[in-house]
Amino acid sequence: MKIAADNPSALTALDRPNSYIGRSVPRPNLARLTQGRARFVSDVTLPRMAHVAFVRSPHAHAAIKKIESTQAAKAPGVIAIVTGQDLAKIMTPWVGVLTHLKGLKSAPQYPLAVGRARWQGEAVVAVVARTRAQAEDACELVEIEYEELKPVTDPETALDPKTPIIHPELGDNLTFERVHTAGDPDKGFKDADAVIETTFVFGRHTGVTNEPRAIVADWNPSEQRLTAYHGTQAPHMMQNLFAKHLGLQEHQVRVVTKDVGGSFGIKVHTYADEMATVALSKLLKRPIKFVADRIESFVTDIHARDHRVKAKIGVKKDGTITAWEIDDLTGIGPYSVYPRTSGIEANQVVNLVGGPYTCPNYRARARVVFQNKNVMCQYRAVGHPIATAVTEGLVELAAAKIGMDPLEIRRRNLIPDDAHPSQGPSGIKFEALSHHAALAHLDAMMDYSALRAEQSRLREKGVYRGIGFAQFIEVTNPSAAFYGVGGAKISAQDGATVRLDATGAVFCHTGVSEQGQGAEAVIAQCLATSFGVSLDRVRVIMGDTDNTPYGGGTWASRAAGIGGEAAWQAGKALRQNVLAVAGSILQAKPETLDIRNGAVVDAGNGTERIGLDEVARIAYFRPDTLPPGFQAELMATRHYVPRKWPFAFTNGIQASYLEVDTDSGFVTLLKHWCIEDCGTIINPQLVDEQIRGGVVQGLGAALFEHCKYDERGQLLNGNMADYLVPMAMEMPDITVGHVVTPTADSELGAKGAGEAGTAGAPGAVMNAINDALRPLGAKLLTDMPFTPGKVLQALGRVP
Amino acid sequence: MSAQSCAISLTVNGDPVSETVEARKSLVDFLREDLALTGSHVGCEHGFCGACTVRVNGVIVRGCLTLAVACDGARVETIEGISDAGEITDLQAAFEQRNALQCGFCTPGMLLTAQELLQQNKTPGRELIREHLSGNYCRCTGYQAIVDAVEAVAHARNGGKR
Repeated sequence: MKIAADNPSALTALDRPNSYIGRSVPRPNLARLTQGRARFVSDVTLPRMAHVAFVRSPHAHAAIKKIESTQAAKAPGVIAIVTGQDLAKIMTPWVGVLTHLKGLKSAPQYPLAVGRARWQGEAVVAVVARTRAQAEDACELVEIEYEELKPVTDPETALDPKTPIIHPELGDNLTFERVHTAGDPDKGFKDADAVIETTFVFGRHTGVTNEPRAIVADWNPSEQRLTAYHGTQAPHMMQNLFAKHLGLQEHQVRVVTKDVGGSFGIKVHTYADEMATVALSKLLKRPIKFVADRIESFVTDIHARDHRVKAKIGVKKDGTITAWEIDDLTGIGPYSVYPRTSGIEANQVVNLVGGPYTCPNYRARARVVFQNKNVMCQYRAVGHPIATAVTEGLVELAAAKIGMDPLEIRRRNLIPDDAHPSQGPSGIKFEALSHHAALAHLDAMMDYSALRAEQSRLREKGVYRGIGFAQFIEVTNPSAAFYGVGGAKISAQDGATVRLDATGAVFCHTGVSEQGQGAEAVIAQCLATSFGVSLDRVRVIMGDTDNTPYGGGTWASRAAGIGGEAAWQAGKALRQNVLAVAGSILQAKPETLDIRNGAVVDAGNGTERIGLDEVARIAYFRPDTLPPGFQAELMATRHYVPRKWPFAFTNGIQASYLEVDTDSGFVTLLKHWCIEDCGTIINPQLVDEQIRGGVVQGLGAALFEHCKYDERGQLLNGNMADYLVPMAMEMPDITVGHVVTPTADSELGAKGAGEAGTAGAPGAVMNAINDALRPLGAKLLTDMPFTPGKVLQALGRVP
Repeated sequence: MSAQSCAISLTVNGDPVSETVEARKSLVDFLREDLALTGSHVGCEHGFCGACTVRVNGVIVRGCLTLAVACDGARVETIEGISDAGEITDLQAAFEQRNALQCGFCTPGMLLTAQELLQQNKTPGRELIREHLSGNYCRCTGYQAIVDAVEAVAHARNGGKR
């Protein structure tokens, strides 16, 4: 058992006396969650509030011929029955494109389907009633006449001339295509002693947040203001979008986001049913609540990762990798999701393949095509699990082909730790990475040679265990290069406003938000340290567009690295302001003073001169005693955005140790390791738990999770009985280790850690399964998730 | 769709409650909507995620698979009552200290399930803890911190003996 006591760290470069940087302090305000006193959106009720339920298309592709709602309108409790045409009059449609993804195209999407339904589960009619149960009852009475159209459900044939075009006005079903060539791939493959080629398939899966998507939209005509209580990762982005599509000014919209029951990228997009809820509130002039139920979640929460990647690697006998090639095909839904688009995941795959290695010869093509299935978009670690599994799958296949140890082939090809700044084969720029240090750390931590010896001993007894690795890089701390340059109003910068209260405590208003990652704790730690108070004197305010600096929210592993730096700088600025007041009170030079542990002290010897409470008392209540002309400023605001690098890439390596039952095909995960380098670690426990949670999400993708569609575009397993998620029993203990390479882009040097676990885990498991089965001559397994049936097929035990 | 309603009397967290409820209403909807006890959560509504876990007559049940009308005469306890009674203060503290929760949506159900295990078995090993919690879905933590916290409380409640 390891509940580690929080021990103050030894002094570091960031050190201030009583530093909280690098300490595993518990998150503030967790008791609210453990005592059942949280306030999730699904808990919110307001005066006059009504509930909406949606009649959703049972067909993947159908023309809507007629909607008959006379009976439904008479049902008990019904307030309104609203169609797509009705809502189109008060809310404008949106198109999910970004200008920097050249050629990306999509069609206008409406809050409710207009004329045609394009996936099973698309909302067609909204029923508003006094209770959710009454709204659902009335949904049963709405009669919709459809004319079924041929659905497009196979990405491989989506571009064939015979395939129907989902949006005829777009001309074809191609959403986006990117081709990239670097170095000389033809020469690379020619110079290789061996070329290995295979196809990797990734199962469509989804986030399954424990709290489904939820919104309470409250249009108040007397104030001409919309307040949306919304389970979102990006409150200011949603403020902009609600205003834009309702024809309001942004200041007429307030988005309030308190407790959010899990997000993982699911809750950072525009959902038609949520936009419909907002529009309904405007239409009906009262609060409307929508909470997706689990069945709705499966057919409408964004899906991700439905990619087929044909991939090729060239390798010399000495282990030198000579070339990479990929051809990625991914089938999104009928729309590119707004405003982040559904082109980003494929784009990331092209960006990230081969990223940890020196080989510059690279040819890539990625095509994104429309499908009559639920939409796909950015989910935790966007593109990374695909690129990592492809790259690392190829590397281990190459190692097996030339008979080299899988760690040794990596040592011979990874970008050297002292070769930075550097770049990947796609041209992505790395400030400073630590691949070799991470690999060495992992090798020692897992006692690799002993594990290999154990594996070999057990094989003689008919026990098949495998060891697999995945070296990875992770995009964190995104600058405007991610979305802003493409025209999306998604803030890359973030701000912190800090204020000394009248008793010497500090408030911090921040634009980053909390969905459980611990952003509140990290912001408090940064501020407490740079200003000079204990943590219990810090109060963090977040998730309210009326009351926080404009910011991006929490996604792409940005909250600590960007929001934390803003809080750190704001704390420093407030310290200077407070010392100016203290200096004038004490008739001392401010630069001879410091704030430590809640008191103004002599910077030289630490002797207390005056308490913060006393400074605040004088500044707020007896300013008349301050020198003439002196004005105390007890608030300070600072913003931060990375400028030197478009992204702060992190790196690491994972290893999976597992056992395959060759009779049943079951895979038992025995142990998992992750070494990662997120730069300065503000709270080690929170970083480790981000890694562990992320790893388990990746393990789910590798072994269990799959949204299965049939050829008619029907989701076959959209419930938690048939869609398997990782549960406690199947998951291994995960050992986490670190290398620390701070970014010089910020003073704190912190990079993100939220997605590293998910990025590497699927590839490591895939490699471990193939390692386990290699002596049995099994067929290569590259089609996730690796279910028992697929394992038995690979072994030739079942057809 | 006319919904049949029934009068029920029960105790919820020790307080007597008499209400008329629709026959189709689940216990967790009754607790959340009629009694404003929102600490029990609705995650899947078909018995798989465990976010709605509450105690009925001393035994944990799925609040989404239990009908409110079936609880006539029952003793129902929720996270609110069990928390206020101080029964799981140590478990809550261990979860907070070990960061055994992130978004916290599963936490009330997870705590009640863990408490049941600790009442049944004073020295559960990690395997048994994982098995007992295997009906409670947590998307955030990966479970290890939860197992650590429960193991620590078992150890502490047992006076440090394994």
